[in-house]
Amino acid sequence: MRLGRLAVAFAMMAVAAAPALAQAPIKVGEINSYKVIPAFLEPYRKGWELAVEQINKSGGINGRPLEVISRDDNGAPGDAVRAAEELVSREGVVLLTGGFLSHVGLAVADFAKQRKMPFIASEPLTDKIVWENGNRYTFRLRASTYMQTSMLVEEAVKLNKRRWALVYPNYEYGQSAVASFKQLMSARQPGVEFVVEQAPPLNRIDAGSVAQAVADAKPDAIFNVTFGADLQKFVREGTTRGLFNDRVVLSVLGGEPEYLDPLRDEAPVGWIVTGYPWYAIDTPEHKAFLEAYRAKFNDYPRLGSVVGYSAMISVGEALRKAKSTDPEAIVAAAKGLEHMSPFGPIKYREIDHQSTMGAYVGRIGIRDGKGVMVDWRYEPGERHLPSDDVVKKLRPE
Amino acid sequence: MIASFLIQTLNGLASASLLFLVALGLTLIFGVTRVVNFAHGSFFMLGAYLAVSFYGYVGGGVLGFWGGAVFAGLAVGVLGALIELTILRRIYRAPELLQLITTFGVVLLLKDVVLFTWGPEDILGPRAPGLTGAVWIFGKPIPQYDLLLLVLGPLVGLLVWLLLTRTDWGTRVRAATEDRDMAAALGINQALMFTGVFALGALLAGLAGALALPREPANHNMDLTIIADVFVVTVVGGLGSLPGAYVAAVIISVVKAWCIGIGDVRVFGTVFSFSKLTLVAEFIVMAIVLIIRPWGLFGTPPAPQRVTAASILPMPVPDLKRLWPLGLVILALLALPLIADRFTVVLATDIIIFALFAASLGLIMGAGGMASFGHAAYFGAGAYAAAVAAKAGAPFLVAVPAGVTFAGALAVLFGWFCVRLTGVSLAMLTLAFAQITWAIAFQWDSVTGGSNGLVGVWPPELLSDKTAYYFATLLLVGGAILLIWRSVHAPLGYLLRASRDSRIRAEAVGVDVRIIQWRAIIVAGAAAGLAGALYVFSKGSLSPDSLSIPRSVDALAMVLIGGVQTLVGPVVGAVVFMTLQDWVVRATPYWHAVLGITLILITIIFPQGIVGTLRQWRQRREAEP
Repeated sequence: MRLGRLAVAFAMMAVAAAPALAQAPIKVGEINSYKVIPAFLEPYRKGWELAVEQINKSGGINGRPLEVISRDDNGAPGDAVRAAEELVSREGVVLLTGGFLSHVGLAVADFAKQRKMPFIASEPLTDKIVWENGNRYTFRLRASTYMQTSMLVEEAVKLNKRRWALVYPNYEYGQSAVASFKQLMSARQPGVEFVVEQAPPLNRIDAGSVAQAVADAKPDAIFNVTFGADLQKFVREGTTRGLFNDRVVLSVLGGEPEYLDPLRDEAPVGWIVTGYPWYAIDTPEHKAFLEAYRAKFNDYPRLGSVVGYSAMISVGEALRKAKSTDPEAIVAAAKGLEHMSPFGPIKYREIDHQSTMGAYVGRIGIRDGKGVMVDWRYEPGERHLPSDDVVKKLRPE
Repeated sequence: MIASFLIQTLNGLASASLLFLVALGLTLIFGVTRVVNFAHGSFFMLGAYLAVSFYGYVGGGVLGFWGGAVFAGLAVGVLGALIELTILRRIYRAPELLQLITTFGVVLLLKDVVLFTWGPEDILGPRAPGLTGAVWIFGKPIPQYDLLLLVLGPLVGLLVWLLLTRTDWGTRVRAATEDRDMAAALGINQALMFTGVFALGALLAGLAGALALPREPANHNMDLTIIADVFVVTVVGGLGSLPGAYVAAVIISVVKAWCIGIGDVRVFGTVFSFSKLTLVAEFIVMAIVLIIRPWGLFGTPPAPQRVTAASILPMPVPDLKRLWPLGLVILALLALPLIADRFTVVLATDIIIFALFAASLGLIMGAGGMASFGHAAYFGAGAYAAAVAAKAGAPFLVAVPAGVTFAGALAVLFGWFCVRLTGVSLAMLTLAFAQITWAIAFQWDSVTGGSNGLVGVWPPELLSDKTAYYFATLLLVGGAILLIWRSVHAPLGYLLRASRDSRIRAEAVGVDVRIIQWRAIIVAGAAAGLAGALYVFSKGSLSPDSLSIPRSVDALAMVLIGGVQTLVGPVVGAVVFMTLQDWVVRATPYWHAVLGITLILITIIFPQGIVGTLRQWRQRREAEP
């Protein structure tokens, strides 16, 4: 239905627009797990819809309108690869974008390499997509697990706590966040101890038991990587059981509206989180985005909205810069591509195709019965990437 | 230490209460109607969402919370009755397990209904008024609400037990659970009772969903995350057994709580994480229980089958003169790359691969009468073995046979245990094995790539073209499917069908039923392994989801949609299911609902599967003068 509406919008624009836009559209393929992660991906879809509208209003891609064909992969890499094949060979898309789950993102990245098709991965946080499994055709927008962990490690070092508890969902995202945390902490704060590790299965945390086990280990501080329903359960059980009294908690993604808003007045005050304080960012680029988003959807943006929007802007800028739909030209254009995002200027690094989009780090507070981020600051992505030598070692090429 | 242990036990008991309430409903429904209700987790989810809305509507407070629980229970109960009246009632005479696919359709439908009605974000529910704090026991805090749950679960269980043992209705329900045919012969109105039991079961699930709110936000994953656990509890306790369900819920929940409490243990220098074991703990418990006690802890073997003569018509040997449609299909398949675009060829390759996967399950389900909820184990095992071999440098022609061999070897192992069981117990044991295999693939990072899986597994230069790979797949799969079809009419197939139709008679004439069934499982496992190996090379990557429950459900759906008691049914089912899914995902954002409704309609219109029902219609037409 949405696609239908989009098509109507395109049709109307095609009639109204200057003759330049009457040319055949440039098609882009978008693949994501809409039904599996709706809380993040519905706002995400709105985000890229807004970007497409803006790109086409401002003259399209060098005069040609941008058309996005979106597919649902049902959270399965096999389905995603089939959808990618369909988009490339039947729809004739010139570029792929999308992705949320790490394993799906990696599968599509590998397909991109095989088919020599540019792929701008928007959300998959896995470090491997640009490092161990990085390839010539794959680019990634979002600040990775490593980068977000590194941002929190700076705060962790300031706290100077010795005994840490680690709670993370048992799959790639949780595992690599914890591995990076241990590695960075051990390097920056000798003598740090990791006294307990709890790795509940994703979406199936036994929060009471986990909270109890963490408390029994008597940690000074907690590094949490769970998100979504797991996080809400953990917060509630931990609060009821007094786990968070006199303990600092660091939580990756904890300040993203998708995961913070459902907690309402039970948001855990004082937690140090990465996230997105949309209500307080007053840079002109963010204000413009916020106003446009509100005007179009009558809703406030979530982090997914920013990711979807920025990814599609990247797509548009790469195509504009390439001045061609040849895959190699697009890859060449995307390497080192710089453009403005709601978070400020970002750049896709030549060395590993990771963008420098950062994240906001702050503490959770409560205002008007709702969880918000306070004392926050923007951490640019480039400050939290390892040195070029390390990246070169990690990345095959 | 002791205190932690006791507190973790209390945690486990509190979780057990909720699990028990959901499982209680499922076991009641199964006991009477023999329906394995996949939608039971959806009832649980719906209960949570309804209670949240009620709470918001009433404006909180004691009435909002407890009234919401009652309201959610009643509303879901009514919905359960409606589903029984409009959908399930039509297919009680269909082959066993068809209802599984119908209720899976209900799962998909309700998923989209919930998404549409309540939006994508999780909704943190209310806490129970007056029970928001913690009580200190052995110097450790435990939520007051957990203590209430601890009592509430068994209390509701007791009420249901009284209903079953102290009322006329309950006596009739127990009679039907014990022996459905006898109860019907004595004049018990089955239709009414089935509706009543289904409504009661749904009510309990809805109530449990509402009661879960202080511990769990209303969210879109509630349905599928609880349903597997509930199946396990029901089977471990013994199907249809009320005390069994409670004991099993306690065992599963307490084992998990202890695993979390134990955490990391260092053995000979390597760390073993009991916390990570919670990924699969319930399935390990189930495998152990089923191997020792095939009917569960409190279960009894089902009432003896009265229909000992073949209730399933013997499968006719295909008439060579009527094989021309098969020739046409083969011609069409050979010509496909000439007329179709590249994506159609890719899709056709996938469909062909899944046709073999479905056909292999069809062999053991149809001719063998052994349902499997875990057939993905062999598919995934074949895929992983082939991928690991290819990653180690083995050429395609070595990697694919390696996949087949490994899947076959796994079938040797799993089959040996499975043939000692029958019916739902057997199916659930296959599920347990599949989940354990899945968990190993998920955790063994160094070999399987963990949750990411393996990428970069592409076929050699010669087959890298999609059309070339299509022909290679067609050749290998075609050969394998023909072998499976041939085996149904070979001694293996005849002995298998004899064992299915009357185990006692088969054994009396000297058939070693277990050996025959074991052989069939090995053949099916190896064939599914071939499908898996071909799949990984067509996609270039592989992840644990190739071993997961949804993949097994896909196979079941294909077999049952096509017709379990037909030769070509599973293949037809694979074509229909895959084409449908491919189309519907692209056609609408609400594809869950559309696919769900379609599954429900297909199973109602074609209760014997598409091929089976069409054949029935033809036979009826031919029988008319």
